[in-house]
Amino acid sequence: MLSRQQLRIAVFSTAVIAFAATAGSALAQKKYDTGATDTEIKIGNIMPYSGPASAYGVIGKTEEAYFKKINAEGGINGRKINFVTYDDGYSPPKAVEQARKLVESDEALLVFNSLGTANNTAIQKYMNSKKVPQLFVATGATKWNDPKDFPWTMGWQPSYQSEARIYAKYLMKEKPTARIAIFYQNDDFGKDYLKGLKDGLGAKASMIAAEESYETSEPTIDNHIVKLKATGADVFISITTPKFAAQAIKKLAEIEWKPLHIVSNVSASVGSVIKPAGFENSQGILSAAYAKDGADSQWDTDPGMIKFYAFLEKYFPEGNKLDLSVVYGYGAAQTLVKVLEMCGDDLTRANVMKQAASLKDFAPDTMLPGVKINTSATDFAPIEQLQMMRFKGEKWELFGDIISGELSH
Amino acid sequence: MSAIQEVVTEAPAVEAVPKRAMTLGNGTSLAMLALLIIVPLFVKNFIIFQLTMLLIYALAVLALNILTGGSGQFSLGQSAFYAVGAYTSAILMEHGNINYALTLPVAGIICFGFGFLFGQPALRLSGVYLALATFALATAMPQLLKLGVFEHWTGGVQGLVVTKPDAPFGLPMSQDMWLYYFTLAVTIAIYIFSVNLLQSRSGRAFMAIRDNEIAASAMGIDVALYKTLAFGVSAGITGVAGGLGAIAVQFVAPDGYTITLAISLFLGMVVGGVGWLPGSIVGSAFIIFVPNIAEGISKGLSGAVFGVLLFLVIFLVPHGARQVAIVAQQLIGKLKKN
Repeated sequence: MLSRQQLRIAVFSTAVIAFAATAGSALAQKKYDTGATDTEIKIGNIMPYSGPASAYGVIGKTEEAYFKKINAEGGINGRKINFVTYDDGYSPPKAVEQARKLVESDEALLVFNSLGTANNTAIQKYMNSKKVPQLFVATGATKWNDPKDFPWTMGWQPSYQSEARIYAKYLMKEKPTARIAIFYQNDDFGKDYLKGLKDGLGAKASMIAAEESYETSEPTIDNHIVKLKATGADVFISITTPKFAAQAIKKLAEIEWKPLHIVSNVSASVGSVIKPAGFENSQGILSAAYAKDGADSQWDTDPGMIKFYAFLEKYFPEGNKLDLSVVYGYGAAQTLVKVLEMCGDDLTRANVMKQAASLKDFAPDTMLPGVKINTSATDFAPIEQLQMMRFKGEKWELFGDIISGELSH
Repeated sequence: MSAIQEVVTEAPAVEAVPKRAMTLGNGTSLAMLALLIIVPLFVKNFIIFQLTMLLIYALAVLALNILTGGSGQFSLGQSAFYAVGAYTSAILMEHGNINYALTLPVAGIICFGFGFLFGQPALRLSGVYLALATFALATAMPQLLKLGVFEHWTGGVQGLVVTKPDAPFGLPMSQDMWLYYFTLAVTIAIYIFSVNLLQSRSGRAFMAIRDNEIAASAMGIDVALYKTLAFGVSAGITGVAGGLGAIAVQFVAPDGYTITLAISLFLGMVVGGVGWLPGSIVGSAFIIFVPNIAEGISKGLSGAVFGVLLFLVIFLVPHGARQVAIVAQQLIGKLKKN
């Protein structure tokens, strides 16, 4: 039997060893790169708060509000997020200046959700040469999923091409004899989409009866629609941004052309497209979605959306729940928070990319049920799933399975 | 010519600036040059990058200054020439593997030709009408760059990524610093060229046309030639600035060269002082840094804050930096007398 003193020594030494062990491992784990400390993580962001795309600036504001919420709730592993967001006016040269400011002057740990395809292209080479994560960029271009050449750049939303492939798959299965009229915006968004459709149709690309493009500077697109109707097509694919999508829906009703109408996801908003175009004109329109629509009453009882609405009420009262950009910003910010949580005390840039590339079945509150974020060292496309939906009454009705538009398939 | 038209053309488009007032004294020029050479040694790479952009925009503002301040013609289409210069450099570097330094003269020559040709129809227009015609050029340019025909070369809407040059001869300086000094050398060369041009026979012809077109032609000046020549020179310098801009930013895309850029350059010229060449760098600083200051004051109202600052400048010093410089000169003069 041990004497009292021996026991005391034993207890003491065990405690010391245990303490040393934990302290040692904690010390070994705490690793920081520029932009992260014991108390703070500095996140950079570039948004078009002014200029032609300023409507998207809401995304940055939503993210700022979401990080405020995270900070109010104690931060990430005790560290507060310092969100530095700059305006680039949607101009690529300005985006370069702001990215350099964030990296070299503000010394942010990473640049998160910078918006615009051209703007992100402009900074991609710089970010990769500096080895600073350009994480979850806010563009649907397909090129962000390129971990081999650009290991520091990662997308977030489904790419335009993968969405287009889903429509191609649907048409080949449901309407193999269709004659397709494609109406697209003449820019990177429209062209990426068009490529996705053609690739998706593959050998059946002859189904495309007509292609017609428009410029965003055109006041009206009526003549294009009339021209497409004249081709006798029975499927109308509208690769348009909200204003033009609404115009197209109206014009189709006006000239009594009733093809199978597919609208791209960017314009599937009930609040900004369908309602202005008229519910009666929009019946039966098809689209695909990955996020829940705040204008849709079917989500009023959804636990994820209840959390989202509570966030809006408390931290972002000026945010419009009908605005898809708000839903977008919330989901993207939540994904970043998840990645930073996974990083633990190893807040190096390399580990941020490593954790961002190891998301497994993560589902932000605003994603459709079943849509999950999965990434790996060779897959830098976080969201790849969408679900088809049909407009009925005053809301979208989801149908079919969650489909993956992965490009490798 | 109708009476109304005469009245319109008689109104002086630009206030006459005597040619001596267009430049700085030797002492001030050298001090400025020394400052531009020394500062980059003590600041971060990011600041050096901003200074490089400062010089590049200063060149573009200078080009507009020669056109407006020198020959009295307005242009809101400088962004188009800037874009052509940028794309020329980018395409030559990326598709032709040509050294970046060699692409600049090519960009300058192509833009000179482009500006000279554009100057032909522009001859029939003056004042606000010319401004509108050039405005059309600026709005058309981003769309022309997107055209499918050129896509193989221009990269279409996706733009072109440009490789940044390293310092040559193994000089121990960063890419940013090298590019800064390279840009500085080009800027100084063009500045000296511009000053000499305005003091030459051609420069006097420009200014005679600016001050009174009819009198100028009566004196035997080929008005059409010199007006188009002014357009050509201005476009050529803007093209070189565009080429340098493409190398510094490492990227060209149609969205970078919208009408906003043309208006910024115009604004820079007014703030710097129309017809005062050294003011170009002040105007350039205004268009680069003031939007950042405005954003720092209020993110949501950055445009409004910028507007207020611009209004203050125009209201307090309507002749821009030139006015400030003149006041400063008089003050120094008084001090010397005392």
